[in-house]
Amino acid sequence: MSECAIKKVTEISGEEVKKISEWIDTKEYAEKNFAREALVINPAHACQPLGAQLAAYGFEGTLPFVHGSQGCASYYRSTFNRHFREPAPAVSDAMTEDGAVFGGQNNLFEGLENAYTLYKPKMTAIFTSCMPEVIGDDLNAYIKNAKQKELIPADHPTPYANTPSFSGTHIHGYDAMLKAILADLSAGKKAEGKCSGKLNLLPGFDGNVGNLREYKKILAALEIPYVLQADISDTMDSPLDGKYNPYPGGTRLEDAAEIVNAKATISLQKYSTLNTMKWVKAECSGSADVLPLPFGVKKTDQFILKLSELFDKPIPESLKAERGHAVDAMTDAHQYLHNKKFALFGDPDYLLGLVSFLLEMGARPYHILCSRASKKFTKEMQALIDESPYGKGCNIWTNKDLWHLRSLLATDPVDMLIGDTHGKFAARDTNTPHLRVGFPIIDRVNLHRSPIVGYSGAINLLTQIANKFLDIKDDTCEDRFFEMMR
Amino acid sequence: MSEVKNPLEGISKEATAKLIEETLELYPEKAKQKRAPHMSENDPDDSGCAIRSNKKTVPGVMSARGCAYAGAKGVVWGPIRDMVHVSHGPVGCGYYSWGTRRNLTSGTVGVDNFSGMMFTSDFQERDIVYGGDKKLEKLLTEAHELFPLAKGMSVLSECPVGLIGDDINATAKKMSGELDLPVVPCNCEGFRGVSQSLGHHISNDTIRDHIIGTREYQEEPGPYDIALIGDYNIGGDIWSAVKVLEAIGLNVKAQWTGDGQIEHIAATHQVKLNLIHCYRSMNYMCKVMEEKYGIPWLEFNFFGPTKIEESLRTIGNFFDDKIRANVEQVIAEQKAKMQAIIDEYRPRLAGKTVIVFVGGLRPRHTIGAYEDLGMKIIASGYEFAHSDDYDRTYPELDKGTLVFDDASEIELEKWVEHFKPDLVASGIKEKYVFQKAGVPFRQMHSWDYSGPYHGYDGFEIFARDIDMAVNSPTWGLVKSPF
Repeated sequence: MSECAIKKVTEISGEEVKKISEWIDTKEYAEKNFAREALVINPAHACQPLGAQLAAYGFEGTLPFVHGSQGCASYYRSTFNRHFREPAPAVSDAMTEDGAVFGGQNNLFEGLENAYTLYKPKMTAIFTSCMPEVIGDDLNAYIKNAKQKELIPADHPTPYANTPSFSGTHIHGYDAMLKAILADLSAGKKAEGKCSGKLNLLPGFDGNVGNLREYKKILAALEIPYVLQADISDTMDSPLDGKYNPYPGGTRLEDAAEIVNAKATISLQKYSTLNTMKWVKAECSGSADVLPLPFGVKKTDQFILKLSELFDKPIPESLKAERGHAVDAMTDAHQYLHNKKFALFGDPDYLLGLVSFLLEMGARPYHILCSRASKKFTKEMQALIDESPYGKGCNIWTNKDLWHLRSLLATDPVDMLIGDTHGKFAARDTNTPHLRVGFPIIDRVNLHRSPIVGYSGAINLLTQIANKFLDIKDDTCEDRFFEMMR
Repeated sequence: MSEVKNPLEGISKEATAKLIEETLELYPEKAKQKRAPHMSENDPDDSGCAIRSNKKTVPGVMSARGCAYAGAKGVVWGPIRDMVHVSHGPVGCGYYSWGTRRNLTSGTVGVDNFSGMMFTSDFQERDIVYGGDKKLEKLLTEAHELFPLAKGMSVLSECPVGLIGDDINATAKKMSGELDLPVVPCNCEGFRGVSQSLGHHISNDTIRDHIIGTREYQEEPGPYDIALIGDYNIGGDIWSAVKVLEAIGLNVKAQWTGDGQIEHIAATHQVKLNLIHCYRSMNYMCKVMEEKYGIPWLEFNFFGPTKIEESLRTIGNFFDDKIRANVEQVIAEQKAKMQAIIDEYRPRLAGKTVIVFVGGLRPRHTIGAYEDLGMKIIASGYEFAHSDDYDRTYPELDKGTLVFDDASEIELEKWVEHFKPDLVASGIKEKYVFQKAGVPFRQMHSWDYSGPYHGYDGFEIFARDIDMAVNSPTWGLVKSPF
């Protein structure tokens, strides 16, 4: 090619930028955007192993172990570090090119031996990233072989889950790992006629440690003995006391094992515990119920009534008062939310909870976007919004991403967006206030410590929403409308 | 320097050697053999102390390393603002690397700036079984329709793509023709190599093969045209660095790749000098441009006034009296301001000790900035360096200090316990481990959501941040009275 054929550097003109800026806010663009079939832009979901790692953090002395490339482990760890602002220990067996040829058994051998020696876990929770899933590693055989070779003790618990990143999302990985851990720990522990008398509470994939503490508070008030199955509240929120402890909490392994002899099991997240609950129903004694995430008053009522009924406990005055406070707060503040339009995105269980709460407030969950959801979810959500006049005309968008959401906010706007940090660009572009709820929240502090479940959680959520509207009013209204009271 | 208490008290080659020995005792035999050559007591006079680097991570040790994809997406390609960077494969890799490196960019998001967005083919089971090439073709077309001002696209392969035998090179070539746009295939699957470092190299090679020399600047080449290489604009670094370079009379024609524009990068073969900050991630292209186009390159260091002055004089000497005079003028102009910063912070920081563990250039390049504040580095290590990085590091550190490579978390814990530093300067995965232990910490990949730290503007912020970390009153609350 002769030199004169080389093109010159071109600059994008201000006019072009202006033209396209306007165009991407139009209905015409939205149509084009929604016609996408292959490209995913700004997705609101992560991959399975991330969820598996969070489930592992819920158990005492447990080291998450990624069978796969080392970069995967670093990505999951840093995601948890950023959301919880806590340590997030995990190892990988650092598979590389030769793993593609020979399989990952040698990496797993070396990895298990080193991790066990260095980090002295009580349990090693093993899960996979892409590479071993594509090449078809046989984890079951590899782990058995590692124990036969005495690289780790034969009685060291090593539950494993296949968590391919090219199927499902983080909530499915959570489910797979949780089920694997519970099945592994409880193997051979079922005793006919034995009943621990306890409740197993499955909180599901939840990045809010305050929520888990709220459940504990409710259970303590009802005097119900319980085991929180996958309790991340201390592992992902440990005290700063001058000493680093890699395993600062979690469900005790012997308590977890007793799930098979329980009096009752309740999952509060249907979609992130689907397979675990199937296993519970098949393998565990006692009742097994799936309840909606207790966001708002009605769902919390449902949870508390169920607990009271299952354990034949009277509902204490303290909870009755808490309910009353929540209803009082909601009545006091209803005028700031009534008929306001909201857009929401997140995981299925969270969305069902948020929608339920907003409908109780007389607010409209106008755009409900779930980036990966089943038909069952759509049906359940539709039924929920059909129950209320405030659900009329509201839209459910499944298998859509946050670039779709941007088009929705631009062409059919709402008063507030609720979702994790990743929504901030769509919110800013469309001048929509954005309340951070969900996982991950990596641009605000301490929200993961403030519960949004239960009666107290309802007050917290309401406070955040209403005060955000009021702050905006004070920050933006004309001087003549700026006044003392709101 | 008189106010510095003897910074190396208790640090000797013997003591550090003993510490290394104790550290290695933590490991099973095989791992011990593998880790032993990766740490050493420093001896600037003895090149025999060279430690081993750029080797496979030992499985199961809790390394801080990332992968080749991370090096390609997060470091080299991702910061180029006017391209669509497709994370090709399952959703995770792109999701985790989305907006988490802080390579800031100018422009309008979704219009002429796409760096802060995340594009993926979100592979499903069927893509693994049937291959993703067709999907890739389609999504590139969709991206072109939705983002007509994008000046190009990169296709960054994740692990499965290389394992199932997709041919992204053929697809990219075909689509580049159809869309009349550069579509750059980058085979940076995470299982390749031993760290993010190979991802840098692979990405440099793709710039060499697909980009460099394909454009020319509109203006006639001038004697002071330079390219700024290896600055990724973390927290605005490159804006601060460009300000200094322009002040001494240079024309920064291309930014590699912080706030970068692909066509400007493509014409870099026309510049007179490549100035490289992060040697590790972009020395490859400097060498290519030197061989192919005869463009010389110079390493420089824009952390802290001492190193900035030294670097500016070196740069000035490459040019002429005019630039040399400008350099002296800029140094003189900044002198009082820099001294005021030092006068403010040095009394609170002098004699404080630091352990550094990061990537790229920082384990050596930031040393001068700490020293400007009277602080001392007692241990320094890299996540993914090569021997040429270590060769540049030994002389910067005192005798007997600890130099290390690809540390595992337990090693760091051991060393922090031993040295009791006043600050650990490392990454997000280390931050909370040491903060729980009551040790002040700054993230030195992301500038802990602050920055810039480069250039004269950056030093003021660096000094403020380090002081804030070391002397925050919250540390006084750690010890409970009960």
